[in-house]
Amino acid sequence: MTSTAAHTVGRSATHGWEDITSWVRQRGVYIALALVILYNVIFTAHFNQWDTVQLLFAQMPPVLIVSMGMALVIGTGGIDLSVGATMAIASAVLAKFVAPASSHGLGSPIALAIAMALLAGLAVGVFNGTVVAVGRVQPIVATLSLLVAGRGVALVITGGALVELFDPFLKVVRQGQVFGIADVMIVAAAIAVVVSVLVRRTTLGYRLVAIGGNRRAAVLAGVPVRSTLITVYAISGVFAAVAGLIATARLRASDPSYIGLLMELSAITAVVVGGTPLKGGQVRVLGTVAGAVLMQLLQTTLLAHNIPNSVSEMVEALIIVAAVYIQRPSRSAA
Amino acid sequence: MANGVSATPTLSVRQATKQFGGSLALCDVDLDLWPGEAHALVGENGAGKSTLIKLITGVHQPDGGEVLHHGEVVHFPTPRDAQLHGIQTIYQEVHLAPQLSIARNVFLGREPTRFGSLDLKRMNREAAALLGRYGIVADVRRPLGGLSLGVQQMIAVVRAVSTDASVVIMDEPTSSLEPREVDKLLEVVGLLKQQGVAVVYVSHKLEEVFRACDKITVLRDGRLVWTGAVTDTTRRQLISRMLGRDPGELGNGKITHLGRAPVERGEVPVLAAQHLTRRFVLDDISLLLHPGEVVGLAGLLGSGRSETAKAIFGALALDSGTVEFCGKRFPRSTPASRLHSGVAMLPEDRKVEGIIPELSIRDNIGLAALPMLSRRGFVSRRKQAEIVDTFITRLHIKATGPEQKVAELSGGNQQKVLLARMLCLSPKVLLLDEPTRGIDVGAKAEVQALIADLAAKGLGVVLISSELEEIVEGSDTVLVLRDGTALGTLFGDEIDESAIMTMIAGAAEHDTAELIA
Repeated sequence: MTSTAAHTVGRSATHGWEDITSWVRQRGVYIALALVILYNVIFTAHFNQWDTVQLLFAQMPPVLIVSMGMALVIGTGGIDLSVGATMAIASAVLAKFVAPASSHGLGSPIALAIAMALLAGLAVGVFNGTVVAVGRVQPIVATLSLLVAGRGVALVITGGALVELFDPFLKVVRQGQVFGIADVMIVAAAIAVVVSVLVRRTTLGYRLVAIGGNRRAAVLAGVPVRSTLITVYAISGVFAAVAGLIATARLRASDPSYIGLLMELSAITAVVVGGTPLKGGQVRVLGTVAGAVLMQLLQTTLLAHNIPNSVSEMVEALIIVAAVYIQRPSRSAA
Repeated sequence: MANGVSATPTLSVRQATKQFGGSLALCDVDLDLWPGEAHALVGENGAGKSTLIKLITGVHQPDGGEVLHHGEVVHFPTPRDAQLHGIQTIYQEVHLAPQLSIARNVFLGREPTRFGSLDLKRMNREAAALLGRYGIVADVRRPLGGLSLGVQQMIAVVRAVSTDASVVIMDEPTSSLEPREVDKLLEVVGLLKQQGVAVVYVSHKLEEVFRACDKITVLRDGRLVWTGAVTDTTRRQLISRMLGRDPGELGNGKITHLGRAPVERGEVPVLAAQHLTRRFVLDDISLLLHPGEVVGLAGLLGSGRSETAKAIFGALALDSGTVEFCGKRFPRSTPASRLHSGVAMLPEDRKVEGIIPELSIRDNIGLAALPMLSRRGFVSRRKQAEIVDTFITRLHIKATGPEQKVAELSGGNQQKVLLARMLCLSPKVLLLDEPTRGIDVGAKAEVQALIADLAAKGLGVVLISSELEEIVEGSDTVLVLRDGTALGTLFGDEIDESAIMTMIAGAAEHDTAELIA
């Protein structure tokens, strides 16, 4: 009995601080986002305009979509470094199919080209998932291979050059709006909703966080670890392909050395800043969205105040360190 | 013993106490390590062996009591401080750099230098001389990783000794070694003793303990049960001390048998495991389980009891052997297919293999039942809530609600969550590996009553426990294991602690006569 009493006392003594860190961990991103918006409303000229929102909506979809896949992968305790390269591959496949013969393309209909690009993303994801789940290679290494090689593959597909694309559908992707909201933003929002439902309501969602939380326990509880992991990486691959298509439409060209460059880092940042622990076992969908918006807005803000790029990068780094710091395992738990 | 001149022990532990969370891992334990003596530390899982070692090596700080080095009180805030006092530890897994050469590993962190750069020649020469002294033949320039585990282990020992260690702690050093390598390692232990080193030998292999050690300390549930010279005890007495009864208390046999009617064995067993074999782990283990029967697996740590359960559950690959369920072979050998058929397992290590700490009680309980609770991949919240609520009530899980994180629960309630995860599948066979370890007395009684109740309702149960009492009182049939082989089976009235211990101690023991008396 005495030991129980001592235990209770020990807990309550540390509870206050733990409560604060856990509260910040869960809501820090929303607070930070609110602060950045408030700052802009007061200090940034022309911020309170629909234009600002529209610009944001035009810029955000690729990173938002990729972050959704990344959040799922990180939820399993993994990571997907290949997303940027996958965007480039999808873009190259699109260009190869849709470009006319005069620019070494196949001149296929746009629908086929898009389908093939998404299929390429799926293939990359299945490859990553298989290497991780069946080959039991560490996710960081498994996906590093395509981070390194992926852009090379994309360059080979396009024949080593930037391919300009003039398909009318890409213009629709670029400029289409519904009630003044960019179509691509609606797609991104829809994907976020789907992922949120997936995490909260489906067996896949329940299983992926179980794997991230304790893989051995998940195996012994009959969770099909391999197929779950392959599915999650496949989703990440397809989302990256979607983001690649949007980026291509925006650029009006497929440029393997530019599309999706450093996207893996932006996506990981959004997920981590959003409060999803890197060790897995949890997925915060809304937090990830907020994380992505926060990072984008921060960049815009610093730019609007003529702060040099080098400084803004340091500020971003600071935020990432802060996010990881509040997530570190508490000493008492170790 | 080899060095009787010393008047104070090299290292002493006085009334060491250590608490983790609410549970007492170590309580008032004393230990004296004399130069030139090998001291065995034995006990089942959770007895407090590793906690005691971690106090000596500075990994943990004692909550009470003290550590004395040559009679003076010392504090080791970090493992480094313990090492500076000449205390070295050899772990089961070799904690060295496999890519570096043997010589570099021996001198890791204290490489000889010449004009500020690495003196490779001297290092290789000295390493070779050191190895030679312990009869290890190996080219010191070759990478460590190329050697067998046994030789790597010995090089770790050599490394430890060459740092002028006065205390060398070996934590299950032979668990991954082959018999020939074990001999070699025990020879090295002998050489260490000759040099006046105090050796702590942690092992569950009593064979080795009796061969290599001079003194033995037995721990159980964090308390010191017995300490004395190896010549003052028999293997039989040692086993009874480890498993939980004084030798004098023995012979009373079982007490209650939980008041159940004797089990009727039908024609077809619900589970038949035949000739389960896996090299170095299981050797031809067979087991029959009938509906309503509780088969206990008795044996010491490392006897293959957990491995047998894992093999039946499809979580341990076998070299040969078959598992039949209701007379049919399993289609695939995975836990998922076993669960689907109606065989469930409660794993031995709750934290490592059981709970998913950051998830809620609801998600932990519902995890294995997801296929039943979902349609086309969508989980029915309603069905899930029904099952979870039912089991929270039925097993008396104490929590603020189904959304509470499992990490925040007590050990007993965590165990109940895992039981609920299995029971909600309505299994026909339940494999329970240490179902009551590390949980408080009240929860323990509840779990034991639950097991009896389940068996009475026709469930086949395989029960593993380090507490012989639990096996004896809860089982209809007991299979006794040692070193991965089955020593025999006891039925009904034959089951008592004395009979089981006699089997484990081995009929070939020199103290057979004493057993009968």
